[in-house]
Amino acid sequence: MIDFIWLVLFLAGIVTAMFTGNMSKVADAIIHGSERGVTLSIGLISVIALWLGLMNIAEKAGAIAWLSRLLRPIARRLFPSVPVDHPAMGAILANMSANLLGIGNAATPLGLKAMHELQTLNEDKETASDAMCTLLAINTASITLIPTTVIAIRMQYHSHEPTAVVGTTLLASAIGTAFAIVLDRVFRKLSRRRRAA
Amino acid sequence: MQTMMSTVSEWLLPLIVGSILLFGFIKRVPIYNTFVDGAKGGFATSIKLIPHLIAMVVAVAVFDASGAMNILVKWLEPCLTWLHIPPEVAPMALLRPISGQGSLAFMINIFEQPDKGPDSWLGMLASTMQASSDTTLYILTVYFGSVGIRRFRYAMGVGLLSDFVSVLASVFAVSLLSGMIHF
Repeated sequence: MIDFIWLVLFLAGIVTAMFTGNMSKVADAIIHGSERGVTLSIGLISVIALWLGLMNIAEKAGAIAWLSRLLRPIARRLFPSVPVDHPAMGAILANMSANLLGIGNAATPLGLKAMHELQTLNEDKETASDAMCTLLAINTASITLIPTTVIAIRMQYHSHEPTAVVGTTLLASAIGTAFAIVLDRVFRKLSRRRRAA
Repeated sequence: MQTMMSTVSEWLLPLIVGSILLFGFIKRVPIYNTFVDGAKGGFATSIKLIPHLIAMVVAVAVFDASGAMNILVKWLEPCLTWLHIPPEVAPMALLRPISGQGSLAFMINIFEQPDKGPDSWLGMLASTMQASSDTTLYILTVYFGSVGIRRFRYAMGVGLLSDFVSVLASVFAVSLLSGMIHF
């Protein structure tokens, strides 16, 4: 998939340049684009390091455990098929907490652990269970408190207010997540009906 | 509403930093060394990004410089205007569920244009879109792949539809911040 998209971006560009006469601009883009990729990544070190440092403190101080307790009543409703004392519930809560804190690096391994635990509860090992679909919905739409990378890049491009996106991101991702949860339930009902028919 | 949103944005970051440090201190975490330990991971993460960003930034730059981006934007314009999505962010929204680095490269492309930049309306929208959604297809593949699930059922539909909702929600949130919507 990614191979195809990458190829299309290049080929579409080069072919279009043949007709628009922008070939010199394209040549320039090839040379300077890679240079920008490097400077950008180096510039990201500062903010990413800052946040990973802060998040390490939060994690060690028990922020994930604390958020997990807070989210427990919500998770119980979102995952009715998972027994409250099953290890899957703990992993799901930890994954949701890490997502909320915006530590993608920690959220993924915790999500994979939750998926692994849910598989032990799954009857058909090749088909996703209801709970797995809900976990996916929450992860793909994840509510974000601190958009670390985006803030870092905004700083790189001399934004006057690099953190101005914190509020808009919180609102947009909250709406997105609410929709994901509703859609998950609607699709679940539809798939049940289809199976029964 | 506009002032409230920008106050929230300004205060949130210092407040989060302050409470993390205080919280850690109260819980007797050696905050300085814990910070340094965590921050070390920042180098590795940023260095790992270099090859991905080189690949994607170059591809997007070629696509844009050739004029192909303009053609695509013009082509998509009619159906996007009634959804209130600016056509300039359409290529980014299309790529977001497939490749995080790809859509990031489009966001940078908007930041770099002298008439736009990160603080412009479009720059804010691109930032919010990038931050509020995730690489749905990648997550699906990795999460399900790790346990051997082959039938995804409705998970892909839900993921992609909520990506679409996230785009609309981003337009709404940024309009709210810039005072384009009043309550």
